[in-house]
Amino acid sequence: MALVQIENVSKIYQTGDVEVAALSDINLSIEKSAFVSFVGPSGSGKTTMLNMIGCLDMPTKGKILVDGKQVDTFNRKERAAFRGNVIGFIFQSFNLFPVLTAYENIEYPLVLIKNEPAEKRKDMILDVLDSVGMIDQKNKFPDQLSGGQKQRIAIARALVTQPKLVMADEPTANLDKQSSINVIRLMREMKDKFGTTFIFSTHDPRIMEEAEITHTLVDGKLT
Amino acid sequence: MIRIFKIALRNLLRYKRRTMLTSLLITLGIVLVILFSGLAGSFKAMMIGQITDSSLSQMQIHKKGYVSSIDTMPLNLTLDTNKYQKIEELLSSNTEILAWTPRIKLNAMLSNFTDTTNIRLNAINPEKEILVCPDVGSRMTFDKGREPGTLLNPGEVIIPEKLAKGMNLNIGDPIVLVANNKDGSVNGLNFKVAGVIESILGPQGKEGYMHIKDAQELLRMDEPEVIEIAIRLHNFDRLDKVYAAVSSKLTGFINKKGVPEFEIHTWDELSPFANIAIMIDFMTITMKIIMIAIVLISILNVMMMSVYERIREIGTMSAIGTSPSKIMSLFLAEGLLLGLISAIVGNIIGLGGIFILNIYKISFAFGRQENLLLSPTVNITELLWVSGIVLLIAIFASLQPAYKASRMEPVDALGHV
Repeated sequence: MALVQIENVSKIYQTGDVEVAALSDINLSIEKSAFVSFVGPSGSGKTTMLNMIGCLDMPTKGKILVDGKQVDTFNRKERAAFRGNVIGFIFQSFNLFPVLTAYENIEYPLVLIKNEPAEKRKDMILDVLDSVGMIDQKNKFPDQLSGGQKQRIAIARALVTQPKLVMADEPTANLDKQSSINVIRLMREMKDKFGTTFIFSTHDPRIMEEAEITHTLVDGKLT
Repeated sequence: MIRIFKIALRNLLRYKRRTMLTSLLITLGIVLVILFSGLAGSFKAMMIGQITDSSLSQMQIHKKGYVSSIDTMPLNLTLDTNKYQKIEELLSSNTEILAWTPRIKLNAMLSNFTDTTNIRLNAINPEKEILVCPDVGSRMTFDKGREPGTLLNPGEVIIPEKLAKGMNLNIGDPIVLVANNKDGSVNGLNFKVAGVIESILGPQGKEGYMHIKDAQELLRMDEPEVIEIAIRLHNFDRLDKVYAAVSSKLTGFINKKGVPEFEIHTWDELSPFANIAIMIDFMTITMKIIMIAIVLISILNVMMMSVYERIREIGTMSAIGTSPSKIMSLFLAEGLLLGLISAIVGNIIGLGGIFILNIYKISFAFGRQENLLLSPTVNITELLWVSGIVLLIAIFASLQPAYKASRMEPVDALGHV
């Protein structure tokens, strides 16, 4: 069974009297442990697509199943709990908490979302920090890290809860060329190591090449 | 929960200047409340002490209707020996009552053999009076040769200071007191001026003093009668409770007409200073309301700014699965910590201020009394009350911003610029 199943999904935004269709009748399935990219020009619906799959937004029409659950019927609280348990997020601007160290940023979901005991937490964090090659930087605050290092910590935070699915919206947009390649290869390594499904969006042709499956969106439709 | 407070503290320290300014403002409010409560409470306690310990007493029992006609000092509303004994039995059964004393209040004409004037007199049993009003002697001036501790002997009168000046009377001078008794007959007796007494605020504050036995003779009472029974308690703070207990027992004394025989009043029903005491309490409450407003506005403002500045961060929290209740807790903890830190610092500075005011005492004049020294105190209950209010208001002020943060849709918050 596919990890993500999208059936006839449309998303329409109302701007005043004007209706804008961000996504139109999308049908798609993504298998477990896939490394999938969504590409397309600005405004093509990549972010909207990721938001739908990541349970951050609800479709206007259609059905979305993630890990066998019909997420479009969830309420706010259920969606939050589902995201915390099943989905990890990597953001374009890293979105690390500036008041927490690298270690504490990774620890955050384990404490405030998963309620993991302290001993288990420590092992999980050190393991994932080691995997992303950031164990030496664990006590630094985000403003003491480079962009590439921040994104590595963000990847570690997304993976530490051992999610089935990681969503990454333009994860390399704020990084230089080398860092971008490093980050996307790290994501791929993590996918291989943990068996996690990665879905990301990008503009960058070099990054697209790294994806196993690429879906192209134009004007809210899959081509 | 500890982790939530840790994150909240870090977020507060993230905007150090803003946190410090807000905390300073709240601290200032708390310090002002503590100092004002201490000073106002000290002033109030001192004035109540002056009134109750040097003239009025803490509670008084009279025959029903006396207080409403106290200006005319009626002599027909007296308690005879039988009734006085009944009340004595009642008072002695209450262990919270320290002492009581009988008094007769009368108007008389005072003559220095040249001039005559009117005088209001408080006839007392000196040994008992000193137990009920221990400071009464401190208002009196006696001859230097007088035996220490002697308040009043039979045949002596202590006259008000102003009257002594007006009548050109000195200590040791002979005088004549003439008074009508309750039947209207007139009697006069010779007395000696034993001392002068300075005036004090309120009723009985401008009265002279004479011995109760002299008053009974002057008023030609066949058997001892009293007009007033003044009462002092072991603990003034228990006044309302003791008043209620004695009052309920006094209602059991019914006269032939079926109405209560006696009436009991606490000092605040007899002295106009009670209104000033109410004003002091009102001003203290006003200070507390101002403090509450400062805390409310400061924390509300800080928390609203905090939420507005961290919308994307809230979006991240929400996106990665933090429940709305946890997001709300994070912001509530920030407001609570801000209030807690301010309360602790405010209490320390406030107590320091009280300590300093007790070293360098504030002196002031009240009426004719000068060099009254204020010794401000603040009890632990007051500190806890102020701190509790600050914390409650801090949480209350953080509720709206915290709720707003918890209700943000992650997709909107993440897209916020």
